[in-house]
Amino acid sequence: MTTFMQQPLAAAPRAAPGWLADTLRRGQTAWSERRMPTRKTEAWKYNDLRALQHSFTPPTAGAPPTLEGIDLPQLAGSRLVFTDGVYCADSSSLALPEGVQLVRFADADAEEAAAIVARLGTAVNHGRHVFAPLNDATLADGVFLRVAADTVVDQPVHIVWLTSGRADALGVTQRLLVDMGTHSQATVVETFANTETGGVAFTNGITELLLAEGAHLQHNRLHLEHGRAVHIGGVHALLAANANLNSFHLALGSDLKRIDIVVQHEGPGAHSDVNGIYLPRNEEQVDYHTCIEHAVPHCTSNETFRGIIADQARAIFNGRIHIHPDAQKTRAQLSNKNLLTSNEAEVNTKPELEIYADDVQCAHGATVAQMDATALHYLRTRGVSRAEAEVMLSYGFVNELVGAVPCEAVRDYLKPLLAKRFARTPKLARHLT
Amino acid sequence: MMLKIDNLHARVDGKDILKGLDLEVAPGEVHAIMGPNGSGKSTLGHVLAGRPGYQHTAGSAMLLGQDLLALETEERAHLGLFLAFQYPVEIPGVSNMEFLKAAVDSSREARGEKPLDSVSFMKRARAICEEVDLDQAFLKRGVNEGFSGGEKKRNELMQMMLLEPKLCILDETDSGLDIDALQRVAEGVNAMRDGKRAFVLITHYQRLLNYIEPDHVHVLSGGRIVRSGDKSLAHELEEKGYSWLEDVA
Repeated sequence: MTTFMQQPLAAAPRAAPGWLADTLRRGQTAWSERRMPTRKTEAWKYNDLRALQHSFTPPTAGAPPTLEGIDLPQLAGSRLVFTDGVYCADSSSLALPEGVQLVRFADADAEEAAAIVARLGTAVNHGRHVFAPLNDATLADGVFLRVAADTVVDQPVHIVWLTSGRADALGVTQRLLVDMGTHSQATVVETFANTETGGVAFTNGITELLLAEGAHLQHNRLHLEHGRAVHIGGVHALLAANANLNSFHLALGSDLKRIDIVVQHEGPGAHSDVNGIYLPRNEEQVDYHTCIEHAVPHCTSNETFRGIIADQARAIFNGRIHIHPDAQKTRAQLSNKNLLTSNEAEVNTKPELEIYADDVQCAHGATVAQMDATALHYLRTRGVSRAEAEVMLSYGFVNELVGAVPCEAVRDYLKPLLAKRFARTPKLARHLT
Repeated sequence: MMLKIDNLHARVDGKDILKGLDLEVAPGEVHAIMGPNGSGKSTLGHVLAGRPGYQHTAGSAMLLGQDLLALETEERAHLGLFLAFQYPVEIPGVSNMEFLKAAVDSSREARGEKPLDSVSFMKRARAICEEVDLDQAFLKRGVNEGFSGGEKKRNELMQMMLLEPKLCILDETDSGLDIDALQRVAEGVNAMRDGKRAFVLITHYQRLLNYIEPDHVHVLSGGRIVRSGDKSLAHELEEKGYSWLEDVA
């Protein structure tokens, strides 16, 4: 792993704006002091990091991948597209209502740069997240979305991060910083996808969501990468008083995906819903590590993750709820359910509660099961074939979470995507709604 | 003959439950199978429907001349068998509507018919919903999810009416129903009697038979039919209970 640890320092990132110099330097210093996690590192003990055994290099000049053949959500509103870490103006469209700024780091003016520098990294616990300094160290561009106070954005803002396997081992850094002003409202969709893979594409991604008092954000992070794509990254959210975050996650499998989600409730009355679906198959690996922090009283959080693990795939789910001593009257719940559809599929799930306040309501649960034989039989007694019944039950297992996504356009995109995922033939998906 | 069961033996969890059951049901007939708890009534329904874990060890069961026990569960349904469950299964996430449409289309396909278009299907589903007195909202809910006992039984009835099976087995459909719900279910069954369709009513109590009049009543005990008669046998059982059967068996 030595080559992996040293490569970002050897290969300087593409020209980053000068005002990011401090961030890069801090990142490089911190990264040079990091040790690669091993099987003995508690938070990484189930991860197989062999997919990182490459010397990743930033993309060089050459034709960037195109969006052709990639099934992306078709959403009204603004869309920013990055291909192999490079902004792609041709595929992007900006239609921003008043009160909304959507700025690339590379394009930021002095005021915007100052706003970015003041906020960047404030939601990330660099000590806890091994790969976060790597993101800082290799940062060349990113997206800053700022929604002014009391502004309501109706149309979703869609950001597409696309990678290719055109190089042997491509390293891409993704960064999104969302700053929601007091009582503002917006929907953000992040889609990660890759073209037919040749080489490995490694994305190191960090999304920071800063919600000021009373802000409402609906955030969707869709990981569609497949094949040899590797993604290590996370979503880090800070919620001020009465802020409301609804964050939906989807991960189809690939060689390695490790997503850390941290939501910090820092003002009374803040609420978060964090839901997710993971669907690894073949020999794919998906890991969601979530941490819900309750630092102050009167906050609520709901978290539901469901996974269907097929073939020889492996999933890891770790759900931590941390209720600090002052966080009285917290209500927090966490549920993780897993469906194993093969004898060789594996899931490691661990809900963790750490409660230091005495007047709280906290519930958690995790289940691992096979396809419900009784339900399967019931469908078959009504004439439904075994194959179609299995598709209906798989789809049904995650359908509730899709149904709970507030953004209709995202729901409409996800339903056929999942139907196709579960059904080998269109006919088997014909009754899914 | 609609159904011909000959010397049927079946085992559940390594325990012999059916021990030589014989039964013949002709088209258009209604048969009631009564018996004490543990006599094998529900096992009979499950074995005929092919439930996993219900192992057929000897004897035969023919539906319309075909060896029922050699078929997959869904093929039995396509042939015209319907089992109304005593405990209908809750399937959250699968809408009742998609479930019903999948069931109807599968059976039509097996008969070489085209699937119903959505509009015709919806129309039919809504009409039947009304007939069994289920709110249309139930079509959008998960299959049996959060349904009351009576609603689940009416949902079974709705499936039966949509699928138009040739042989309907109702497994303790009366259990857990209040008198209004029981009457509603009975009306539905009676409306489906057309001189060709046959019914097997599995029940512990005579009560259901006040509303659905059987042609034949059988008493199941110790895994075999120990007595058969007309509807007066049901009244006799109601008076005497099941304890006297032990002497017969």
